[in-house]
Amino acid sequence: MSNVPVNNSRRRFLTAATAVVGGAGVVGAAVPFIASWNPSARAKAAGAPVEVNVGKIQPGQLIRAEWRGKPVYVVRRTEKTVSDLAKHDDQLRDPNSEKAQQPEYATNPYRSIKPEFLVALGVCTHLGCAPTHHGGDFEEFVEGVPNGFYCPCHGSKFDMAGRVFQGVPAPLNLVVPEHSFTGNDTLLIGVSPDVNKGAA
Amino acid sequence: MKKLIIAVTFGMLCSVTALVPFSAIASGPSVHLDKANNDLSDKESLKKGFKTYINYCLGCHQLQYQRYGRTFDDLGIEEADGIANYMYTGDKVGGHILNAMPKKEAAKWFGSAPPDLTLEARFRSPDWIYTYLRSFHIDENRPFGVNNTVFKDVGMPHVLQDLQGVSTIDEHGKLSPAMGGTLTAEEYDVVVRDLTNFLEYVGEPNKLERKALGYWVLAFLFFFFILTYFLKREYWKDVH
Amino acid sequence: MLMKVFTDFMGWIDQRLPVTDAWNKHIAQYPAPKNFNFWYIFGSLAMLVLVNQIFTGIWLTMNYEPSGEGAFASIEYIMRDVDFGWLLRYMHSTGASAFFIVVYLHMVRGLMYGSYQKPRELLWIFGMLIFLVLMAEAFMGYLLPWGNMSYWGAQVIISIFGLVPIIGDDLTLWIRGDYVISGATLNRFFALHVIALPLVLVILVFLHILALHEVGSNNPEGIDIKKPKGSMKPEEISKFTFHKQYSDKYDIVDAVPFHPYYTVKDIMFVVGFLFLFCWVMFFAPEGGGYFMEAPNFTPANGLKTPEHIAPVWYFGPFYTILRVIPNAMLGAIGMFSAIIVLFLLPWFDRGTVKSVRYRSKWHLINLIQFSICFVVLGALGTMPATPTANLIGAIASFGYFGFFVALWFYSKNENTKPMPERIAD
Repeated sequence: MSNVPVNNSRRRFLTAATAVVGGAGVVGAAVPFIASWNPSARAKAAGAPVEVNVGKIQPGQLIRAEWRGKPVYVVRRTEKTVSDLAKHDDQLRDPNSEKAQQPEYATNPYRSIKPEFLVALGVCTHLGCAPTHHGGDFEEFVEGVPNGFYCPCHGSKFDMAGRVFQGVPAPLNLVVPEHSFTGNDTLLIGVSPDVNKGAA
Repeated sequence: MKKLIIAVTFGMLCSVTALVPFSAIASGPSVHLDKANNDLSDKESLKKGFKTYINYCLGCHQLQYQRYGRTFDDLGIEEADGIANYMYTGDKVGGHILNAMPKKEAAKWFGSAPPDLTLEARFRSPDWIYTYLRSFHIDENRPFGVNNTVFKDVGMPHVLQDLQGVSTIDEHGKLSPAMGGTLTAEEYDVVVRDLTNFLEYVGEPNKLERKALGYWVLAFLFFFFILTYFLKREYWKDVH
Repeated sequence: MLMKVFTDFMGWIDQRLPVTDAWNKHIAQYPAPKNFNFWYIFGSLAMLVLVNQIFTGIWLTMNYEPSGEGAFASIEYIMRDVDFGWLLRYMHSTGASAFFIVVYLHMVRGLMYGSYQKPRELLWIFGMLIFLVLMAEAFMGYLLPWGNMSYWGAQVIISIFGLVPIIGDDLTLWIRGDYVISGATLNRFFALHVIALPLVLVILVFLHILALHEVGSNNPEGIDIKKPKGSMKPEEISKFTFHKQYSDKYDIVDAVPFHPYYTVKDIMFVVGFLFLFCWVMFFAPEGGGYFMEAPNFTPANGLKTPEHIAPVWYFGPFYTILRVIPNAMLGAIGMFSAIIVLFLLPWFDRGTVKSVRYRSKWHLINLIQFSICFVVLGALGTMPATPTANLIGAIASFGYFGFFVALWFYSKNENTKPMPERIAD
């Protein structure tokens, strides 16, 4: 700029205006480059909601589904398991599910839409290992609690609502993904219940 | 001095113009194609074309790069409606528009495997498709009893015969009006036009989006050009 | 306050790396003749297109699959499934053709104003090397979509190497890495196209600019703006400040600093160019079948030749020269000679007057006939070889080589016009 002999306001205005408009142009030109990093139609098709038939799950049984490349645990809890959930609240980090690890419609004592079915990602909130389900023999990890999940990597423990126990490395409850029921026995993982239709 | 620049530019332009007649000679004889006059923004036409495609074409010709879900979105078809009325194969909505025809077997049946048609409209042009589907005629020497004036000795049967009926060809290569179909000639043209329209859409699904964006970009650049013109003029006052 | 931080920071940098000095030497205090005309924008535009090709190219590799099985499908994946993938692809494909348009016009400029003459021979050679690498880059890039025209275009051009005596067949086999063009060929072309050649290209562009700034820019008058030190009266010397590397050695007249005068001018032309570029890209990305050819919308098929194989338009001139010579071997020699004579242009021209404005009528006529022949050759290259086309092609080829021969003869004792000392206002 040292070579500019005159410098009037018109010149400054035009320079600034060109810089601003040109800058806007550069931002616009950057859009396709940035947007192309979003998940493509292929990735979205592969990550589409997954349907699970829950009618044949026995009480107390766990089945695994795969959604967006992650394991999803679906457990049919017995009535006793559901009613026992409240008994060990004092041993949990976040008994009332205050941290946003679940959709709003699953922010309740049993962390699910139907008390019977727990739907949670089988991904430990510590470092991402898959916790193992212990049906009936969980007492060896937590006294007085017969069922739960134990992560073999670093010993994190979760109850049958996916809530994390105190004194373990995992900081948060297991994630409850968006899910809904499209029929009595059909669970759809990845889609929230349609509030208007009341599909839940 | 300016004259010299103009002279050279002019010379180059002249040579380009001079070439136009040569290109006409060089390109040689080609089949006359009727104008398809299809309209990509006509969603009803696209939906009808899609339906025709599913019913008559998909059995043999896949659209292996096009997804059902994308097509539903672009054509304004509700997903439930799409699954019920456009998907017979039990595919996923996010999946490609495929068929179950074994390629090797198909090559034996038709002489060569029926090609994928996703890009057919870009390869052949919409006018070609439109004319081709209206140019079948009886030819007893062909395996399926029909031939085509646009695509000579084509391996494909006249799939839309029950709609169009059949034409015969005279010694001058002129087709007679088709007889025995369920549609009149005008109705048949509309069916083919809709199908052509759909195939042009499938060839480049974001064509309309591309042009719409283009207008904004050009408008922006036009405005920006004016600004930079004044900026340039302002600085060059120092020199002139 | 902010200004002081910046000044301090630049001071710190400058003690370690001469950034400010380089900026002044090459941009802010670089003496550029004040009379650059329209023909002088194509260098900047070529730079712009190069940047476009590099960026869109990098982004395309993120989703492209270099394999015989996956290449064609991955292009359609980019066109359909990737957000704005279609735009990135069209930017790259339109950019390829734009690159050649701009570079050819850049070369025409050099011819008209004698920008290849002493002392700019090396500058011209670097430019020609850029052109050569660009052709290799375009040829290899054209195979990557793995369409049927990609395949057969590569087939034809690789076959030319088969004409080399004795080792020809082995040479084509070695280039392909297979008995036919296959995934192996595609993979090596991909590697060269995205890494090796762009690297060479960028280095050559850097050298091209460095050589330009060493000898200084020519101009439409062909009159040097750097006069011997002390030969000009003080009031004649340019009022602008130039880098001492230039002003210590010479009296600089009729010049302006590149920045801001040519930066603002180039910005204006860049925007105008982008307008045309975007027009084509958004409304006719196939460029009437010349930028993207219809047979390339079907996958490569080694058993099915497209009805009419033509190279992409920018190879047209050289391809026609190859084709009109009836003997294949001589045809190939003719084609390579057409490029070699361009390299040797500075030595074919024995004149000392640079610009066509002060040269003889013969030179003007010769330039015009050369330009016409080049365009005719290019157009013929995209058409089928009919007898008529071959005859015209032969005449145009004669005109192409005739330009250099005639130039060598008349430039020795050319009847030039008297040159003024200074560039007129």
